[in-house]
Amino acid sequence: MYAIETRDLTKFYGKARGIRQVSLTVERGECFGFIGPNGAGKSTTIRTLLGLIRPSGGTAEVLGLEIGRDREKILARVGYLPSEAVFWPGMRVREVLELSAGLRRRDCRKEADRLCERLRLDPSRRVDQLSFGSRKKAAIVCALQHEPELLILDEPTGGLDPLMQREFFAILRERNRDGATVFLSSHILSEVQHHCSRAAILREGRVIACGSVEDLARTSARRVSFRGRAGVEALGGVRDLRVSEEGADFLYSGGVRELLAVLAAGDIRDLSISEPDLEEIFLHYYQEGGERT
Amino acid sequence: MTIVRHELRRGRAALAVWTLSIGGLLAVCVFLFPEIKGEMDAVGNVFASMGSFTAAFGMDRLDFGAFLGFYAVECGNVLGLGGALFAALLGGNALSKEERDGTAEFLLTHPVSRARVATEKLAAVLAQIAAMSLVILGLALLSAWAIGEEIPWRVLLLMHLAYFLLQVELAGICFGISAFLRRGGTGTGLGLAALLYVLNLIANMTGQVEFLKYITPFGYCEGADIVANGVLNAGRVAMGMVFAVVGVAAAYVRYCGKDIR
Repeated sequence: MYAIETRDLTKFYGKARGIRQVSLTVERGECFGFIGPNGAGKSTTIRTLLGLIRPSGGTAEVLGLEIGRDREKILARVGYLPSEAVFWPGMRVREVLELSAGLRRRDCRKEADRLCERLRLDPSRRVDQLSFGSRKKAAIVCALQHEPELLILDEPTGGLDPLMQREFFAILRERNRDGATVFLSSHILSEVQHHCSRAAILREGRVIACGSVEDLARTSARRVSFRGRAGVEALGGVRDLRVSEEGADFLYSGGVRELLAVLAAGDIRDLSISEPDLEEIFLHYYQEGGERT
Repeated sequence: MTIVRHELRRGRAALAVWTLSIGGLLAVCVFLFPEIKGEMDAVGNVFASMGSFTAAFGMDRLDFGAFLGFYAVECGNVLGLGGALFAALLGGNALSKEERDGTAEFLLTHPVSRARVATEKLAAVLAQIAAMSLVILGLALLSAWAIGEEIPWRVLLLMHLAYFLLQVELAGICFGISAFLRRGGTGTGLGLAALLYVLNLIANMTGQVEFLKYITPFGYCEGADIVANGVLNAGRVAMGMVFAVVGVAAAYVRYCGKDIR
């Protein structure tokens, strides 16, 4: 039994596209990345899984339970972190956490206190006086305090400073070690690469690639920029080449040795090889022949 | 009960303001009665000779110089309109405010069925209406006792019961409407309450549109009818409760199946 299994899951908002025939499986206990730019359909997929919206087609099961029909049973075992946490103004963090626990009919005070301490969140603060990052922390505690079997996280690190991001992912790793499944939706590729074992890439509502993060990264191109001169035009796997008087900049998906040989033979004063942004990754997948699941 | 408690906590300031405003205004009117009673010989003719305006507020059939007649007119205007606006506000925002304010996602990603959310929200609306009605009744009785008037228990309680039912009906209808809205619950509710109030004034002014009294809940709250008959018009009340039930049923059907964005 999978933690999440979707088959041809489709959602249209009237005539507007939400997601089209999304099929993916998330194993129990794994940390699964769900990558795509804004508007790709990540949140639509998540909202469908959580029963906030009804699918236009296809089916999905969460923890072996059918979405829609078993909505409450699913939500009792899931912790959800929205991309933008909104609470009722005037409430204190402690009251929000108690409301969340009350709706679950659970006493989560001990775990809530522990999480607040780790995330340095003052539960006596009013939520409308919190920064975006602190509101995110409150939402993280709400999502984790009942120790769910499945964590569905939508852009979880937005607003968190680097130290808090590190602490947050440390908590996630602990939960994952204890058996929880993590479904991490993000447009930050490195986040998924560092923390997930498998991932799916979503573009314009469709899954265009799904597999182990290692495989996805291996096939992905690199953005190469250098100052100076080198005969990179002759290299295979060069795309989007921009040459100026200062140097050159291009997307490279060929072999590393060939690249280094050409660069070494040239006159290079400065070199940068970095991950391309997500749009470039998508370009890469499309130019390689489209979908790969 | 978690959602009921949450709703009551969220709404306590508004409830206190509306209750004290309506109750306070009603009490002020009652305290003015002894003075008006003394001047009634001169004022009575003025009130009786305003044509359609007199009929619109039922003053053609009520003795404005007697406490009951005075109370029926004042109660109709202050408690009737004020209570209707508050009930429409509560009902009209009950479900739509979560989507408007972005809190629906928080609420509906917890293991609570949509039907339970709707039920607890409706219970909170009715509890607030009941609390307001009881406090206002208490204030009305206290102020009547304070000016030394003999309290006409049966008719006064019937009038307050009628206004309670009016608030329940309006809240029920607006509750239904709020399930279809993502924003604008306040304006829609207040607009509907004002429209129904005006429909009753029109029905009072001309007998040709008597049927309007079966459409507007103000029809069964008419002080002149309650004073004259000593009972509420069962047909109009039943019609009003049917509207309320239809509103609530529509809310359940829509809310349990709608997409939350």
